[in-house]
Amino acid sequence: MSYATSLYLTGAEIGLSLAGLVFLLVAAWGGPRSARMLTSLTVTALIVAAIFSAQLFEQATGEVAGRAFGDLYRAGAFGSFAKILIYLAAAAVLVVTPSFFEQRGAYRGEYPVLMLFNAVGMGMMVSATDLMTLYIGLEMSSIASYVLASFLRNDDRSAEAGLKYFVLGALASGIILYGVSLVYGFTGTTNYEGVRAAFAADFATGALFGVVFVLAGLAFKVSAVPFHMWTPDVYEGAPTPVTAFFASAPKVAAMGMLVRMAMDPFAGEVDSWRQIVIFAALASIVVGALGAIGQQNLKRLLAYSSINNVGFILIGLAAATPSGISGVMTYLAIYAAMVVGSFTALLMLRDPEGNNLETFADISGLSTRRPALAWSLLALMFSLAGIPPLFGFWGKFVVFQAAVQADLVALAAIGIAASVIGAFYYIKFIKVMFFDEPVREVEATSPMSHWVVLAICVAIISPLGYLLTIPLGEWTAQAAASFVAAM
Amino acid sequence: MIQTLAFYLFAALVIASAVMVIMARNPVHSVLWLILAFFNAAGLMVLVGAEFIAALMVIVYVGAVAVLFLFVVMMLDIDFAELRAGFIKNFPLGIAIALVLLAELVLGIGAYQAGTLELGVPSGAAAPLLGDSNTASIGAILYRDYIFLFEGAGIILLVAMIGAIVLTHRKRPAGSRSQQDIGKQNRRNPNEATVMKQPQVGEGVEL
Repeated sequence: MSYATSLYLTGAEIGLSLAGLVFLLVAAWGGPRSARMLTSLTVTALIVAAIFSAQLFEQATGEVAGRAFGDLYRAGAFGSFAKILIYLAAAAVLVVTPSFFEQRGAYRGEYPVLMLFNAVGMGMMVSATDLMTLYIGLEMSSIASYVLASFLRNDDRSAEAGLKYFVLGALASGIILYGVSLVYGFTGTTNYEGVRAAFAADFATGALFGVVFVLAGLAFKVSAVPFHMWTPDVYEGAPTPVTAFFASAPKVAAMGMLVRMAMDPFAGEVDSWRQIVIFAALASIVVGALGAIGQQNLKRLLAYSSINNVGFILIGLAAATPSGISGVMTYLAIYAAMVVGSFTALLMLRDPEGNNLETFADISGLSTRRPALAWSLLALMFSLAGIPPLFGFWGKFVVFQAAVQADLVALAAIGIAASVIGAFYYIKFIKVMFFDEPVREVEATSPMSHWVVLAICVAIISPLGYLLTIPLGEWTAQAAASFVAAM
Repeated sequence: MIQTLAFYLFAALVIASAVMVIMARNPVHSVLWLILAFFNAAGLMVLVGAEFIAALMVIVYVGAVAVLFLFVVMMLDIDFAELRAGFIKNFPLGIAIALVLLAELVLGIGAYQAGTLELGVPSGAAAPLLGDSNTASIGAILYRDYIFLFEGAGIILLVAMIGAIVLTHRKRPAGSRSQQDIGKQNRRNPNEATVMKQPQVGEGVEL
């Protein structure tokens, strides 16, 4: 394989890295004044990278074709699809970011640069076919995320969130690295195909330990129960645009990495990891639903909601079939739209002094002050709960369908039952917004950019989204098929 | 023969100086013993033919330890006059250590000239690589096979650096009190700096 091909296949990462380096210089010389311009340029760069990935997606004929750098990296249909989601979600979040920080006088050109490098790391995570690539991508994305979480350095909560995320994230990275070292020790290779071949020949107990450690570390990154404890604190403390980012793009990346891990190197050992995934899925659904009930802070509530949703996504992975993987990718696409929409709506909730409204008490009676916003939030919450006319239902439907097809009827049944608990706190939103008396003043206008992002997200999750089911089904099936081709 | 001799010399000195690192009462001495331990470990690496790792040991560890040494000196309150006091008394000991290091150098070079220890016959994937000098092999792996990861690691370091600067660097506000403006201080004159007041008895002063 020539270097030219390798460079072409990794074009999205390389292009974004170069853009990041140039933007960094601009940020260093231009100071805070250049921050807005850099944000627009970064959004453009991310969209270009998404288009490039879409082009690679169309060209991909199975994962085998897209090997780069001696199979350290594979630009197949799966990786490209995940990257399109990641880049678009990051771009959408970046659009609604500047006004939040500018209000606090804390916006700097380094923010979009860190986002760019974060996106590079996430792209490497989902395309990795070598344990070393995986780790480097993971660290690149994580380190940038720690800094983003504490970007409002004068705010104690933001600093606390950054520190917590850093300490626990470093622990999880250590766990993954230990698992990787065990897998490497027992197989003698870090390449996914090599690991699969070695496992097929001999699956030692030590290697099983390695698999468990790697999965535990990855479960931390997707915030699945029992490794979810950091999520509410970090989501609450981090600045709201950063929380929006954490809940969308890195989640897609971590889930993509987990799926590839499970379906490529560990594909022969489904029985070994399936029980772990099933436990994590059910525990996440239940803990996410029950934990959210008592929450007063909306960001904390959305953190529990994301734990809950990760549980549903893991059900698709537990099926371990192409239709399950396709369900996971479908769910992730819809989930990213729902999360970006919800947090954009949260960012639009401000009082006239510009403080963000973050608790239930603040949004009571919102429907009289900001009817459009209240209705959008209603649609997003019902979609997160999976109420049928909205598109969120489709994501849950495909993963449950895959689970039933894979003879995991009990899992699907428990999952469906538990999703009813979740409906409770989503409906609480409706009660507070539509039936309670207004308490706080709410600013009457929001920036146009916020409205655009919110409108796109709401349009996707509205019943109109069902127009997407057929193309989405085709794309995700193609993405899932890349594993079958590789197997 | 010379290799065996050199091995026992280096190995014994690594252990002895490692013990001294934790036994020495003076932190500066500890650091110096640590440097001796690293030098001897580098000698062991030369013996097995890993000259690149030996060079790394000396450059990286000894370089890093020099910085550590600086920190120790800066952070701790060490009385250097007291340290220098025993110079004449310790002079023979210093000469002895210098001689040991000289002997090590001679032995190390001699052992290197005599060829490396045969630790086993390389096999499998490692075999062709060990054919070249190991500096060339490591370079080939790092910059040819794993160039993608190498550059990725470089970007991680860059991100960490950006993060550290973003989170800690702050511009002092122009009118901040902590900054001394000498020109402004010199321009002051008594008329601006002092005010004469004639307060009434029992009343305060308004400034």
